[in-house]
Amino acid sequence: MTETATLTRPGAPRATVRHPARLTAGRIAVAVTVAVGTVLLGILVGPVPLAVGDVLTVLLDQVPGIDIDHGLSDLHVGIITRVRVPRALLAFTVGMILSAAGASYQAVFRNPLADPYLLGAASGAGLGATIAIISAGGGLAGASLGIPPAAFLGATIAVAATYALGVGADRLRSTASLILAGVAISAVCSSAQTFLLQRNDESIRDVYAWLFGRMNLASWQDLRLLAPYAIVSLGVLLALASRVDVLSVGDDEATALGARPDRLRIVIVLAATLGTAAAVAVSGLIGFVGIIVPHAVRLRTGPANRRIVPLAALYGGAFLCLADLVARTALAPAEIPIGVVTALVGAPTFLLILRTGRGLTR
Amino acid sequence: MRKTLYTLLAALLLLVVPACGSDGDTSTPDPTTTTTADPGTDDADAENSDHPQAILSLSPSVTEMLWAIGAADQVMGVDQYSNHPEGTPMTDLSGYRPNVEAIAGYEPDLVILPRDNDGILDALAGLDIETLLLEAALDLDDIYEQIETLGTVTGHETAAADLVDSMRADIDAIVETVPDRDDEITYYFELSEDLTTSTSDSFIGMIAELAGLTNIADGADPAAGPYPQLTNEYILDADPDFILLNSHLDEEPMSQDVADRPGWADLTAVKDGNVVELDPDISSRWGPRTVDLLRAIVDATRDA
Repeated sequence: MTETATLTRPGAPRATVRHPARLTAGRIAVAVTVAVGTVLLGILVGPVPLAVGDVLTVLLDQVPGIDIDHGLSDLHVGIITRVRVPRALLAFTVGMILSAAGASYQAVFRNPLADPYLLGAASGAGLGATIAIISAGGGLAGASLGIPPAAFLGATIAVAATYALGVGADRLRSTASLILAGVAISAVCSSAQTFLLQRNDESIRDVYAWLFGRMNLASWQDLRLLAPYAIVSLGVLLALASRVDVLSVGDDEATALGARPDRLRIVIVLAATLGTAAAVAVSGLIGFVGIIVPHAVRLRTGPANRRIVPLAALYGGAFLCLADLVARTALAPAEIPIGVVTALVGAPTFLLILRTGRGLTR
Repeated sequence: MRKTLYTLLAALLLLVVPACGSDGDTSTPDPTTTTTADPGTDDADAENSDHPQAILSLSPSVTEMLWAIGAADQVMGVDQYSNHPEGTPMTDLSGYRPNVEAIAGYEPDLVILPRDNDGILDALAGLDIETLLLEAALDLDDIYEQIETLGTVTGHETAAADLVDSMRADIDAIVETVPDRDDEITYYFELSEDLTTSTSDSFIGMIAELAGLTNIADGADPAAGPYPQLTNEYILDADPDFILLNSHLDEEPMSQDVADRPGWADLTAVKDGNVVELDPDISSRWGPRTVDLLRAIVDATRDA
């Protein structure tokens, strides 16, 4: 990406940010390569030392029509095909959704701090899931079927409440009231969650096991559960990404240009919330992905949402895949919750972005 | 009240005696026998002396010990999870998130707590309420010490000493039955479904060691502490002979859930049906029923 270096220099004229399509395609190609590379790395590397050749042989053996004798035990084949592959793919998909949702929230609300957490989506999903776990009486397995719909319900209610409060405050003339409403709703959700946990402290372990990320038992089942939401959510966010660019001129001006900001905003927010809730339901609360990845991408590409959303999705997936690799291997054979890894990496990165200044100017 | 208590103790006796009998060690006096059938010892005046008469036990483990040494009549209330033995005066008090006002409202003359959360000891001291902190036992000696402490505090020294003696004898007898093995038998103990386990440095790890088992979590990075969360693929690679679960007994057996986890169907323990579900009320407490925990683990693994 050296050809873009001059573009990120502070003070570079804004006009240079308008890249020819060729450059964007090049960026996408680089991002896809990075994404595929990290997923492959996530499959090749793990706490159990398996030879690269063996892993690749087992992967090839899975391809229909190819039958190679790899000589690995069933357990080791299971480690590759039933643990590492779905886990790397799940981390990648969740990272894609959270990052694309974060980029879209930021564009729609013209607020660099907007992410699935700030609008109450994640905490609403967390509250919904907590209620599902507690009312199942104990055990994540017993509650697992109820968690995704409960998380989505919680997220939707929380975002709807944020929206209603924000609109009620000043009819969306400014987006500050919306963000403040989101903060208030998040606070209500987390205090309700704390209250429920206090009253049901026998469920604390189960709830925290889920809250801090449950990538550890990521399965094909989780991927199947997430896939339809991921396709719908990412599809809508990518398809509408260029329309969102119009909103950056302000609601009045956008309306004057023929856009329908309120309707566009609702569709984008619903798609991002749907994706966030589904991601949270299968992976637990994983912070900072939705905020640092879009900002990092924005630093390289400039403010155009149509470029940021696809690149943020790809790099977000790669980022979470790497974070998951750290979670699995840093203290191996012990596991670090992936949410802890993303926060540890994310918070300083976020501060760095803040200091460079350009990350927050749109 | 007293009559009910005796009935309960008698019922408990019926539960305990057959279990002890299987060890062929009937000569050891059962702790409950001592306190119910022979109230004429020095323990008898425990209830009209300067020993506390309005105890709040906010630890299920302590509650079980108090009942086992015959101090039940001196207990006015127990926490929300002290569900054993049946008939304990359960309240909605919590030992985990203790509420000073709610505790003080009972006007207890002694509060026994398992941990000093939220500065509860200082807060109660400020209200001139006596407290006793009996933290989670790390080994059998801790249990014995706590039982003896409770005996001294409540005036049931003899019963406490008898209980400790009988626990020692029972545990020795159970350990006797553990076969000598050439190959090590490994186990994975699951604390929660995110694969959080405990190493041999934990209480349950120590009990499993008595049962002659080797913990697969002992290879874990010491930085992860005695309760590490293991990575799924490490468990698959370690392939334990036994999986011990803290089950929610009021629910469906968990063996199927375990087999459904990614990759777990190929584990030796799953294929051989060696998934053992332990009663969490016994495996997460320390006290008289630790004997039952050891017995459950030894019985489940003896033939391996």
